[in-house]
Amino acid sequence: MSSSENGAAVATEARAGGTTAAPSTPAWRAWLQQGLAFGTLIALLLFFWAASPRFLTWSNISGVLLATAVIGILALGTTFVITTAGIDLSIGTGMTLCSVMTGIFAVDLGLPMPLAVLLGILTGGVIGLLNGLNVAILGLPPFIATLAMMMIAQGLALVISGVSPIYFNDVPSFQSIALGTLIPGLPNAVLIMFLVAALAWFLLSKTIFGRITVAIGSNEEAARLSGIDTRRWKLIIYIVAGLFTGVAGVVMASRLGSAQPQLGVGYELQAIAAVIIGGTSLMGGRGSITGTLIGALIMSVLINGLRILSIQTEWQNVVVGIVIALAVFFDTLRNKRSA
Amino acid sequence: MEFTRRSGITALAAAPLLVALSACNRGGGEGGEDALDIALISKGFQHQFWQAVKKGAEEAAEEHGVTISFDGPAAETEIDSQLQMFQAAIDRAPDAICFAALDPEACVPLYDRAEGADIPIVEFDAGCDSDYSQNLAATDNKAAGAIAAEHLAEAIGGKGEIAIVAHSQINATSVDRRDGFVEYIEENNPDIAIVDIQYGDGDHLKSADVAKAMIGANDLVGMYGTNEGSAIGVVNAVKELGLSGEEIKVVGFDSGSAQQEAIRDGVMLGAVTQDPQSIGRLTVEAAISAVKGEDLEEFTDTGSYWYDADNIDDDEIQAMVYD
Repeated sequence: MSSSENGAAVATEARAGGTTAAPSTPAWRAWLQQGLAFGTLIALLLFFWAASPRFLTWSNISGVLLATAVIGILALGTTFVITTAGIDLSIGTGMTLCSVMTGIFAVDLGLPMPLAVLLGILTGGVIGLLNGLNVAILGLPPFIATLAMMMIAQGLALVISGVSPIYFNDVPSFQSIALGTLIPGLPNAVLIMFLVAALAWFLLSKTIFGRITVAIGSNEEAARLSGIDTRRWKLIIYIVAGLFTGVAGVVMASRLGSAQPQLGVGYELQAIAAVIIGGTSLMGGRGSITGTLIGALIMSVLINGLRILSIQTEWQNVVVGIVIALAVFFDTLRNKRSA
Repeated sequence: MEFTRRSGITALAAAPLLVALSACNRGGGEGGEDALDIALISKGFQHQFWQAVKKGAEEAAEEHGVTISFDGPAAETEIDSQLQMFQAAIDRAPDAICFAALDPEACVPLYDRAEGADIPIVEFDAGCDSDYSQNLAATDNKAAGAIAAEHLAEAIGGKGEIAIVAHSQINATSVDRRDGFVEYIEENNPDIAIVDIQYGDGDHLKSADVAKAMIGANDLVGMYGTNEGSAIGVVNAVKELGLSGEEIKVVGFDSGSAQQEAIRDGVMLGAVTQDPQSIGRLTVEAAISAVKGEDLEEFTDTGSYWYDADNIDDDEIQAMVYD
């Protein structure tokens, strides 16, 4: 996980450096960042295709997409929080808690599968609500509030599961949530990721919710003075991010056929890295859902390609770390210019 | 309920800030005035394996009328937080400390401190590069890796490409299980090529993605996962790619109900299990001997055993595997 820690350090630095929120940037800058991310993705695909005939096979591509699903869904949800200049460190272990709760509802309590899944997702909403209360109402810094929640969620996942995995063997249909194929050859988890992405895109760019998310991130004080109840909206934003976490938890548990209470640490940093690579600014005020999706794909294409080429795991971490550092570098560079 | 609550207390100890507090709680102990107080510091507590070690230790403690505490960091990467637990244990001055080193070097200064405080140390699972410890009760992981290699080589008819998903590049158990496997193949099976070795941190999801990439990149006939998470990752990869246990022979390590099920279903050829309860039991017994000043062997092999669809339901195997 050294690459992820790297990412966090870079992220914190960038955060400390940016004392003022960036003003709204011209549209072409946003396009540039997304073009850059998209170009990087295409370049990576071409590079690995040239390097190994094994890379561009449907089985491998669907594998890459499936590997993106969990991190991708987490990243999509947390894009909203980061767009408000917040951060959510609780999504990794929060996701694990949602997996465990889905297991408790479906296996231990024997509830019907759809209801158990719904309650599992709502668990994420509750985690988001608590984060939101701490950040928006009590005014705790998001970094600290969600760090605390990260530890609480990890502890609770272990306590509630009795420190052992919960297996969904008795709920056979559960695994088809992630691994069934409504579209032949494409695991449902990938379909869920794209549906969630479409929903997130709609929320961020077509609704008042999205506009307020951006407004809070651009200048929270100005948003408040213009009559927006920023506290209430921030609460809602954290709840929405939490619900995404819940979806990721269900997908994860479904893919593994079990809720593994010890997993999850480090996933939040990978998700945050995907968001940043995709061009959402850590200083808030600018978020991109397609960017996040591309960012998550860049991460998994990169890792998959390096694995296909049998590059040592240590070097894989180094390369991913460099990519994250470069993405944040471009982010701060752009902010400086536009300031 | 009791089990869950105890785990809860241990879970809280995951927060380094609470380590000291936790140690105080335990210091009270349940035993009487005369009962020996033995502190076990493991590599973790979340994994089923460590829960089984703990169970063996608790049984031995009850049998011999001693009091034990069992602590471990939240993740096997948290060397620092494990050292803090070690320090807290020394401060509490128990009769003996049992330690499973996450890092063989980082623990050396604390061994010196324990020696200064005249607290005997015995080790379990993995040792520290210090002469002060009197006994290491552990699986001979190199021998265990060789057992896995022997069965995989036989199953694939002594030829073809195979690959390994290991759980750590650093951790001694992972390194030994890998090396024991590789050395066996190199010595005995010249027609088998180990084409790739990669690491999935023992994370089920990551290991599955690693294994899928490896299967895509090579013409594998066999794979080996060096712990439960790695092995399940390989099994999930094989399943997700729609392959069968006939096309790719998978051998794993440890147990867990998913792995047992995979072996019963034929997705997995078999696995090597350690005897975690014996590790716990022999560790506590070694600690008692150390306190009494008895002579101890340097190393106690707590054993490793091959199991597959044929013997998985035998009583000896079922006593060692866990769900």
